[in-house]
Amino acid sequence: MSALTESPTVARPAKRRAAANPAPKGPKESPLSRVGAMTVMLVFTLYFLIPIWWLFVAGTKSSSQFTSTNPLWFADFNLFENIGNLVAYRDGVFLKWMLNSALYAGAGALLATLFAGMAGYALAKYRFPGRELLFNIVLGGVLVPATALALPLFLIFSQVSLTNTFWAVFLPSLVSPFGVYLTRIFASASVPDELIEAARLDGAGEVRTFFTVSVKLMFPALVTVFLFQFVAIWNNFFLPLIMLRDETLFPVTLGLYAWNSQVNQIPELRGYVLIGALLSIIPLIILFLLLQRFWRNGLGAGSVK
Amino acid sequence: MSASAIPAADARSAASRRPASRGQAPAPRKIKVAHPKAIAIFIVPFAVLFTLFYLVPIGYAIYQSLLVVERDGTFGKATEVFGGLTQYIAVFQNGPFWESITRVLAFGVVQVPVMLGLALLFALLLDSPLLRGKRFFRLAFFVPYAVPGVIAAIMWGFLYSPNLSPFTAITSNVSFLSADLVLWAIANVVTWVYVGYNMLIIYSALLAIPTEIYEAARLDGAGQLRIAWSIKIPLIMPAIVLTGIFSIIGTLQLLAEPQVFRTFSSAVTSTFTPNLMVYSTSSIPNVNLAAAFSVVLALATFVLSFSFLKFTQRKEGK
Repeated sequence: MSALTESPTVARPAKRRAAANPAPKGPKESPLSRVGAMTVMLVFTLYFLIPIWWLFVAGTKSSSQFTSTNPLWFADFNLFENIGNLVAYRDGVFLKWMLNSALYAGAGALLATLFAGMAGYALAKYRFPGRELLFNIVLGGVLVPATALALPLFLIFSQVSLTNTFWAVFLPSLVSPFGVYLTRIFASASVPDELIEAARLDGAGEVRTFFTVSVKLMFPALVTVFLFQFVAIWNNFFLPLIMLRDETLFPVTLGLYAWNSQVNQIPELRGYVLIGALLSIIPLIILFLLLQRFWRNGLGAGSVK
Repeated sequence: MSASAIPAADARSAASRRPASRGQAPAPRKIKVAHPKAIAIFIVPFAVLFTLFYLVPIGYAIYQSLLVVERDGTFGKATEVFGGLTQYIAVFQNGPFWESITRVLAFGVVQVPVMLGLALLFALLLDSPLLRGKRFFRLAFFVPYAVPGVIAAIMWGFLYSPNLSPFTAITSNVSFLSADLVLWAIANVVTWVYVGYNMLIIYSALLAIPTEIYEAARLDGAGQLRIAWSIKIPLIMPAIVLTGIFSIIGTLQLLAEPQVFRTFSSAVTSTFTPNLMVYSTSSIPNVNLAAAFSVVLALATFVLSFSFLKFTQRKEGK
């Protein structure tokens, strides 16, 4: 901070030097580069937001107005009617899909974070033979793409007759090698050994120390792992596609995919796909907004080291 | 990430022996381990799940890929027998598979640099004093990451289609869903979803650089561009490498977007990407060949991301 306040007082007033000052009210960048930067960002804001805006507008229209009115602006506001129709369609199978997704992703990410956090913590804070080997195997796991596992997982689950069940999608999503990697790095940096030692002197057990003291210090990393695992499960497509036949077990992505592939036969599905797509992205956006300040800190830890 | 990733490959082969002994205190060693019980409680849940749902499937895929199905006559009972490398020979002779690999490599060579270049540009702009409303931009660019690949593909499928798109002026002249362009239409969907995510990873790395580091450069009269190029980018190289590796992995695994695009465009075949190939082969069903595809694909991914890591490390080491 002191560095910031000092620099403007430096006697030699070269323009370029002042230009480098990041203080908010500080001397100006050249207006040209300001305008250039803002233009780039505004153009790309349109690129990123227009598709979502379009989806929202489309969700508010009746199916006849969908093709006949301006795609980027509202006609009669039918959003709630459309949602009502979607929810009622086929005994509310869409709601079932949303709940499935919430369960797969919510419970899955929570447990995955717990397991990864414990393992990462142990790898960071305890010495035991095979520690480095274990960490390296896990790192290798980060580089193995999850989709490469989908087919063998299907074959294994069919050996034990568990395909087309909740568990076929849920169990594999409890593993997050990246979570172990991130929590290990974060725990090494943010949980001081002295603190664990102090807790030991107070007579707290190791496990209890983890849950009462260390978890708090690791919280940004844990939130990050939770969020990214949540997104990974929510977005997962190959595993449910290959595992599930029973429609009532589908996550929302697979359900909407299935509807979308029948649009040519059943045109009325198009409206349901659009409004369903809109509803399916809202939970994730809310989750990201709520947990912003945590995951930003956590992300930094993983990439800097 | 860096040095410790090296032995991962040979560690894999030792993997099968590890899990069994991990639970108990390691008796034969002389080193005394403090708190063996706590370590077991922390490690075992992850280790068991990792073994069951990562290591075992990898092993099982390899095992399955070594089998062939034999039948007594055309309609006879099928039995699986050991076939050595038969499936792998089939993989290497399979034209569509290599076409699909070439296709995703071409995709990656163009899409990954464009996406990461944009992500880096946005992150540097967010970190520079040039912008106002940074919070807004950060969020706006990140929102697409909340859209699952399947949903993003459905959305863009509508946006591309000549009669439904809001941009009919463009889509009626350029047919994005034609055989020539559909790969790049998909590249646009992937870029749209992931730029913001990569931007944030790079941006957080930038935030972690202490501002004092720039002081000397400023006193020497360096402008923003110079500071970005000579100080910021070298310092955040690890973050860029990380995003690069994840992007390479993601590219080779392309599945959801092309699978959705099959509804919109007949140009996307069932062998469009390697993973589509795995999927369609397994549903024929020829699981042994599909397993061999999976193994080759996982190996290719591993080799590619690993050599990317090594390559960038060597460049940094100079």
